[in-house]
Order: sequence, then C-alpha cells, then structure tokens
Amino acid sequence: MELLSGGEMIARAMEDEGVEFIFGYPGGAVLHIYDALFKSCKVPHILVRHEQAATHAADGYARATGKPGVVLVTSGPGATNAITGIATAYMDSIPMVVLSGQVMSHLIGEDAFQETDMLGISRPIVKHSFQVSRTEDIPEIIKKAFYIASSGRPGPVVIDLPKDLTNPHDKYEYNYPKKVKLRSYTPAARGHSGQIKKAASLLLGAKRPVIYAGGGVVQGNASEQLRVLARELNFPVTHTLMGLGAFPASDRQFLGMLGMHGFYEANNAMHHSDVILAVGARFDDRVTNTCSKFCPGAKIVHIDIDPAAISKTIAADVPIVGPVDSVLTDLLAVIREMREADSSLPDASSLKHWWSQIDEWRDAHGLWLKPRYDLSTPYIKPQQVIETLCKVTHGKAYVSSDVGQHQMFAAQYYKFDEPRRWLNSGGLGTMGFGLPAAMGAKLAFPDADVACITGEGSIQMNIQELSTCAQYNIPVKIISLYNGYLGMVKQWQDMQYEGRYSESVYENSLPDFVKLTEAYGHVGIKVTQLSDLEEAMKEAFARKNDLVFMDIHVDPHEHVYPMHVAPNGSMRDMWLSKTERT
Amino acid sequence: MMRHIISVLMENEPGALSRVVGLFSQRGYNIETLNVAPTEDPTLSRLTLTTIGDDHKIEQITKHLNRLIDVVKLVDLSEGSHIERELMLVKVRATGAQRAEIKRCTDIFRGQIVDVGPSVYTIQVTGAADKLDSFLEAVGEAAIMEVVRSGVSGIARGEKVLSL
Repeated sequence: MELLSGGEMIARAMEDEGVEFIFGYPGGAVLHIYDALFKSCKVPHILVRHEQAATHAADGYARATGKPGVVLVTSGPGATNAITGIATAYMDSIPMVVLSGQVMSHLIGEDAFQETDMLGISRPIVKHSFQVSRTEDIPEIIKKAFYIASSGRPGPVVIDLPKDLTNPHDKYEYNYPKKVKLRSYTPAARGHSGQIKKAASLLLGAKRPVIYAGGGVVQGNASEQLRVLARELNFPVTHTLMGLGAFPASDRQFLGMLGMHGFYEANNAMHHSDVILAVGARFDDRVTNTCSKFCPGAKIVHIDIDPAAISKTIAADVPIVGPVDSVLTDLLAVIREMREADSSLPDASSLKHWWSQIDEWRDAHGLWLKPRYDLSTPYIKPQQVIETLCKVTHGKAYVSSDVGQHQMFAAQYYKFDEPRRWLNSGGLGTMGFGLPAAMGAKLAFPDADVACITGEGSIQMNIQELSTCAQYNIPVKIISLYNGYLGMVKQWQDMQYEGRYSESVYENSLPDFVKLTEAYGHVGIKVTQLSDLEEAMKEAFARKNDLVFMDIHVDPHEHVYPMHVAPNGSMRDMWLSKTERT
Repeated sequence: MMRHIISVLMENEPGALSRVVGLFSQRGYNIETLNVAPTEDPTLSRLTLTTIGDDHKIEQITKHLNRLIDVVKLVDLSEGSHIERELMLVKVRATGAQRAEIKRCTDIFRGQIVDVGPSVYTIQVTGAADKLDSFLEAVGEAAIMEVVRSGVSGIARGEKVLSL
C-alpha cells in the first residue's frame, strides 16, 4: 500500500476520478496541494484571474460535458470569491466539486489570517459539504463528494481542507474507493409504476396537451427519450430557459421558449392546455407569471428527480419522482401497451384542431416566421446579431451567455438542436458567467465553435479572464452587444419607471473594447453597420486559433418581447411590442 | 394551520444540526421547539422539532429536510397516534403560605420539587407541551423566576419505529 500526504492524495484522487481540468487559484492555505499538483498530477490546472471565474469555468465545463466541474481555491477571500459561482451552479443543479483551503486545524475559530467559515457561508447554496478532520479520510470524502455532486439532482459539493491535513510530511495509506454508499442518501432509481400508468391515461385522453420541459431533461440526459415520446404522441413541446436544446428547435413540434420572455405560441399553448406534461422543470416564477392564474384548465403531470420540486409552487395532479430518462422510457412503454390493447384510443391525428390553433398563434406573432422587431431604425438590431450567429455557426456552436437582454435574445433567436450547447445562468442570473463558462466548454471541446453572447455590462464583470484565455490559448468568440446601457435594467425603467435611467447609463466611460482585447493579445472587431455583420462574423469564426472579441453596436433602445404583463398577469398576458399587448 | 411534531433521524456529524436549522431560516419556516441528542447508536442523532404550518408548508418542510444528505429518515408524528413529552424546570418564589400552595399545585401536575431553598423551589414537570403551559398558568406569572423547557420529544405509539 502506498503512503501519500494529504496534498498528494488530492492530486492522485483527481486522476483516479478521471478529472479533466482543475480550475483554481493558489494561496497560503492550499500551497501544499499546489506543490503536490506541480510534482505529480497529470490533470491540467487552469489558473484563472479571479476565483469567481474558476467556478463559472468549471460550471461551463460541467454543463457542456455532463461531468462534474472541479474547483480549487484558497481559504478566506479565495473561498468567498467562489461563492457566486457555487450559488450559480446550485440554482441550476450543476455538478461541481469545490476544494477550498482552510487555515490550520488548531487556528480554526481564532480569526486567523485568511480564515472564513466556508462551510457556514456556503451552506445554503451547496448540495452538501465536508470539512476534513483526518488526512486518512480524504480519499473517501472526495469519492463521496463526486458521487453526491453528480447523482440524483446534481449540485455543488464543497470540501473544506485545513492546511495541516495536507502537510507533505504526514503520509497515510492511500486507497481510492471504487464505490461509496451513503445510508442517508439514496436518490430514486425508477418512477412509481402506478403513477406512470395514471400519467399515460391522462396523456392519451388529452385534447390540448403540451410538454413543458426544463433543465432536468438536459442534466438528466433524457433528451433522446423526450424526443421519441413527443414525436410518438405528436405533442407540442416548449422549453424553459434551462431546457433549450433538449428538443430540437428546428422541429415543427417545438414552440420555442415559454415564460416571461417566452414565445406567444408557447405561452398561449400552456394557458389553453388541458394536460401539461412537466419534465425536469420547476414552475419557476419566471415561467408561471401569477400562480393563481396559471393555466386554469390544465391537469398537470410532473416528473422530477427531486420530490421537493414537485407541487412547490403549482400543485401536480400526477406527481412522479424519478430520473427523467427512466420515467420517460417507462411512460412510453406504457403508452404503447395501452394503445396496442385498445385500438379505440385516440392517435396522433386526433390533435389536428389543437395544432391548427397553435399554427394560428404562430402565424400571428411567432418570432421565427418573420422578423417581429422594428426594422425602421438605422441600427443593427440585437436580434439580427443572434440570427447571424446562428447562421454562421449553423446552429451547432456551444453558446454561453451572460445575463440581461442579450441573454433573452440568445434564448429566443439561437436555434439549439442539441442539449448541452446552451450554457447560461438561468436560476441565479449571474452577470459575469458567460466568458468563463465559454472557456470551460472550449477546453472540453477544443474543435467546436464556442461563442459567448454578452453585453458591455456583463463582460466587464469577468473581463480579466481574457488573460487566462491568452495563457492557455482558449480561442472563444465573444459576441458583445454594445448599447451603452444596462439594457434589461433600462427596459424595466422604460416600462415601469417612466424612463428614469437610474444608474443604468455608462455615458462616455466605456473602454475601447477592440484595443482592450488587443492589449491582451487577442483580436478585436468592431461592427456598426448591418451590411458588415455577417462577413465580420464569418471572419471571426474563420480565425480558429484566435480569441475574437466582436464589439457590435446595436440599437440602444430595443426591448425584449414578448414580455409577460406583471404583476397579476397570466401566462397569456404579454406585451408584444412597445405599443401592443394581448 | 396546525402544530406538527417532526422527528428526524440523522447522521451524528458535525454540521448536520446547522443544516437543519439553516434550512428553516433560509426558506422562511418557523421552529417552535427543537431538541437533539444521539441515539443508542452513537453514529445517529434523533432531532425533534415542532413547527406550525398548513399542509402545503409542512409537505415542503419534510421534503426539504429529506433532501439534506445527513437526514436518514423522518416522520411527522402528528400524522398518527403518538406520545409527546417535554421536560420543564421552573424556579418559583416560594415563601410563607405560598410554599404549601405551590407544593399542592406541583403534586396535581405530578411534578417534583427537585431543589429547595429558603425562598425558592425548583420544580420539574414533564408531559405534553400544553400540560406544561397549564402548570405555568396555575403557578402564576408573579411567582415564576425562571423557566427552562427541553422542547418537545415524541415517539409513535405501537409497533412503528423510526430506525435505519
């Protein structure tokens, strides 16, 4: 049996766990670990420029690959800087393991230099956390952390490591467990068969059904099962912001995103439905609008791995707890059996009326049939930028986004046909997420096109990562929609505060982004004319080995529509433009 | 809105209690009483808490408690027949004629005087929470110097057990 120090155990465990990248930043409390990484670890470490970026990069990697992202930060400020990224991963159920340094065991509680109660600070935003108290426990704790982070409803797990326990002189037997079992943690393996039968009958009797699928389908790797079921039933499908790509956007049955900035046809289909099949979605307030007015005629089947997500805001008529992939497979099998046993059951053609109603909604206000934005202004429209990006990358890029108007335009106009291509902070809504998340995806898939859709507000929240991209040659493409305002804040101020732009205007304070990018050794392209847009974007993506920052000046006064009327609106109450509402 | 006694079997690990308590403040639930101690198996703790809420809120509370990795199992004792006990220590001013009166009152409630001083009694009373409330009312606010209550503990009647 081999003897290893705590630091060496961590380095070795990363290899044994099959970790591909560690995103981190060194500091006093983790120096023993960093020394062990330097001496022997085969797993590459990416030195970010701020710990928040380490967590977002690990998160972007996890979203794109489905494997847990790994973060290593020091105690105190290293740990607190990681908090925003941990909270982001928690809200979107992203698997992540965060190793945070801690002051030496005997100093804990003494307000030592760079001491912070990381377990306490992170407690509400982690799936679980560990503080190591004996070096010999390190391998098992790491194994447990990876298991917890990536099973059931995934989420971030923090391991707090006092410095003395990683000391190179204290060596113990190292034995990395192949499997761990936790008696207090057993995620559901299958859905309840009785509930699945009930759901099948309800779905087969539906006259105005809709499938409402969320991020759980992406994280639960159930995209294929969803496609088969939806096509067999001929049901329309709408996605939450987090679900985009699970069902192909180019499919006739796809209604676009639903919710606050959802498609007219999607929100109307939900409102008028008689049966909703909710899969891996959580009836978030950005989806439902006013809960008491939510889809008044609908019976709800709700499939989720997390029982706490079911009937939290909207009561489910048929709750099914289980992994979405296995539940959808079982559900499809039951539906096929029922149809075989009883040929009088309605088949796919019975939804003709419902589909013609949906097509009417599409014709009236669907975003993809023709431009619904105002083309009479001299500016490039932000929507056109996303449409061009989708065209140039053939809808196949990994696309991260920051938070704001550009995020909603991206969700509306980039047509994702595959899951795990759309990387955005949906739950926490974290500005600064986009660039590091794109880095994580590009490292995982170096040959793929990776774009970060951002704005001049969001990008400045983690712009220092341009330096990381230079060090490790991470040639992502940054598509920055420049409008001189914090666009989404401005939109709300236009709509609800009579245009009083309280602290949402940059005036003349913004840097020359092209020069700034060049200062980091990358390529910058500024675009102000629509006629230059497509060529410039083609050039950017043709530069395979360069990070290109596209500084695209767009209509500063554009708003995102549709937009739910709030407060007190229902799903179908929307603004469709600055002057038109339902 | 009903009072519920939720009994939780959980890992006896550092941080486990703070996760349970944190969950309540984080999600805006109230804890009326709380107690926790190891069981016959020292790796497990039994935590009992009482909280008030409608069915929806209690369902959310039990689901979120179950979601905590340290929580092995839990039961809402109020759903079935159960035994509820709480221990209370009360220090009361007891002088002159009051001494006999308080002694009588303690006997009625089947309490015990566990410490005697020239002008104070310390009384131990056990029972369901409402019995302890009644005792305090009977003794009267004026006489009470200090009250310490353990918080509610409970166990299901009959064969039902909460164990691994």
